[in-house]
Amino acid sequence: MRRTLPLVIAFGIGFAMLIQYFIPHPISENFYNVIVQQWFIIIFAFQFVLALRSFFMHHIRKISQKKEGYWFSAVAIASALFMAIAGFATKRGPFFDSLYKYMYAPLQATMFSLLAFFIASAAFRAFRARNLQATLLLVTATIVMIGRVPIGDYLWKGMPDLVEWIMTVPNMAAMRGIRIGVGLGAIATAMKIMLGIERSYMGGE
Amino acid sequence: MKSMLVGLLILFSQTPGVLKTGNPPGNLQAVDTPNDRGESITLKWVLPEDISGIKGYQIFREAEEESLHLAGYAPAGKTEYIDELGVKNNVGYRYQIRSISPEGLVSPFSEPSPMVKAYPQWFKKNLTNSLVMIIIYLGLILYFVQAAKRGKKIFLRRVPGLDALDEAVGRATEMGKPVLYVPGIWPMSEVATIAAMNILKPVAKKVAQYDSRIIVPNIYPIVMNVAQQTVKEAFTEVGKQDSYKEDDIFYLAYEQFAFAAGVNGLMVREKPATNLFLGAFFAESLLLAETGNMTGAIQIAGTDRVPQLPFFVAACDYCIMGEELYAASAYLSADPRLVSSIKAQDWGKMAIVISLALGSALTIFGLWFIISWFTTG
Repeated sequence: MRRTLPLVIAFGIGFAMLIQYFIPHPISENFYNVIVQQWFIIIFAFQFVLALRSFFMHHIRKISQKKEGYWFSAVAIASALFMAIAGFATKRGPFFDSLYKYMYAPLQATMFSLLAFFIASAAFRAFRARNLQATLLLVTATIVMIGRVPIGDYLWKGMPDLVEWIMTVPNMAAMRGIRIGVGLGAIATAMKIMLGIERSYMGGE
Repeated sequence: MKSMLVGLLILFSQTPGVLKTGNPPGNLQAVDTPNDRGESITLKWVLPEDISGIKGYQIFREAEEESLHLAGYAPAGKTEYIDELGVKNNVGYRYQIRSISPEGLVSPFSEPSPMVKAYPQWFKKNLTNSLVMIIIYLGLILYFVQAAKRGKKIFLRRVPGLDALDEAVGRATEMGKPVLYVPGIWPMSEVATIAAMNILKPVAKKVAQYDSRIIVPNIYPIVMNVAQQTVKEAFTEVGKQDSYKEDDIFYLAYEQFAFAAGVNGLMVREKPATNLFLGAFFAESLLLAETGNMTGAIQIAGTDRVPQLPFFVAACDYCIMGEELYAASAYLSADPRLVSSIKAQDWGKMAIVISLALGSALTIFGLWFIISWFTTG
């Protein structure tokens, strides 16, 4: 029973979602928009309580055990509480918006902007001509990079067209090949779960 | 917005004068919009011969209990209009159309369309090809599963990234450092996350067998709960339930870059010997992989997000690409029933390759019908 019930639920819901995709009738639409979406919101809300418990317990434990970098945990707890209190106290007013706009958004932007440096260091490693494939990658990437900026057009008029061809023919062909595999793999995984062939996600082999 | 539209319609409907040049559109056809939830009628017409001086077309509607009134407007050059404004199911509607100039001059009305009713449909006929292909694909999967049950051996090529999992976990044990497992940043409803959970089980089992430690930070509460159950089950199965630490599978942050910052901090402080990034990743992929690279960890990444693959290839030791992520569970468990489904995937790919080759050849010779087999419009 411990195994059978989840399998029955997985099959029932999976099959219903599959059928729903092919039925445009309002009954089918309501099933997805009202029942499925609302269930998801309710489950998510309850799960969030567990997540908050995990968040606080994890960081409190770190602080109490004085683990390396424990004060980061203190900052995390203080920030979470401060944002929550500011949100409730001001009813998400201008002060809360300022916190978001002048503290949270710049922090996010900082993380995102780090990508520029990481791309440079990753590219440096990837573009070392160690073998034939790496050399091909280096040559192609150099052509694409030069062709994407005005100097490429200045050096050779045909450069932008060559870059466009690289991007839309060999590059696109490779990407589509991977995507077709991903599509088939996703359908196969979904079917294996629906049919109960794949059970690792719920603890069984 | 609706009141603006109605105002605009009234403005157009009250324009006086008669359009001298240009006749009304002809052959007005009204049909129930196919493959929809009802409450919609599609109109099609043929443009008048002389279209000079026409700004657009006014669409008028009358019903069993509605007098003729302006119901819509289509700009010049259009030959189709979908009427969804106040259309009710099972009510008969008749339409007429006329041209209008920029000055507000109008042509005479077209012939009225036949009476038409809107109905909700029970099947999207335009998706028949998808349904047929899904049924065939399902049949293939079931066939190969049955064949595997009968003992048919199926060859599976080596996947270096998955073969390296053992070595990676072993290395972490030797170094006395933990294994970091990040199951992506998408919710549990995504197949990539389910695949990540499927791989987590055998990885956690190996970690438990080697008496090592696994850390799983999560961005979604539901994923966290599934991960906790999966790891707990894995530890229990090898008799190491006492070594399981719930606190190591925890909720980190809900926002993408806050999560990335948290995982980066974890990598720098805990210095895991092995980093496994398996699931759906986006802009944070390189942030995670590069930080892991700097800490000197052995890194195995796998995702079905094609744009992120180059970043993982550049920054990780092994990369599991696209469908290999879905096949990983079968590969690691070596369960014949799971392995057999990969064979079905290969047959599916073969069918697509043949269709592509055949379709290309036929369209070169002007035979376009094959394209309609694969479109859902």
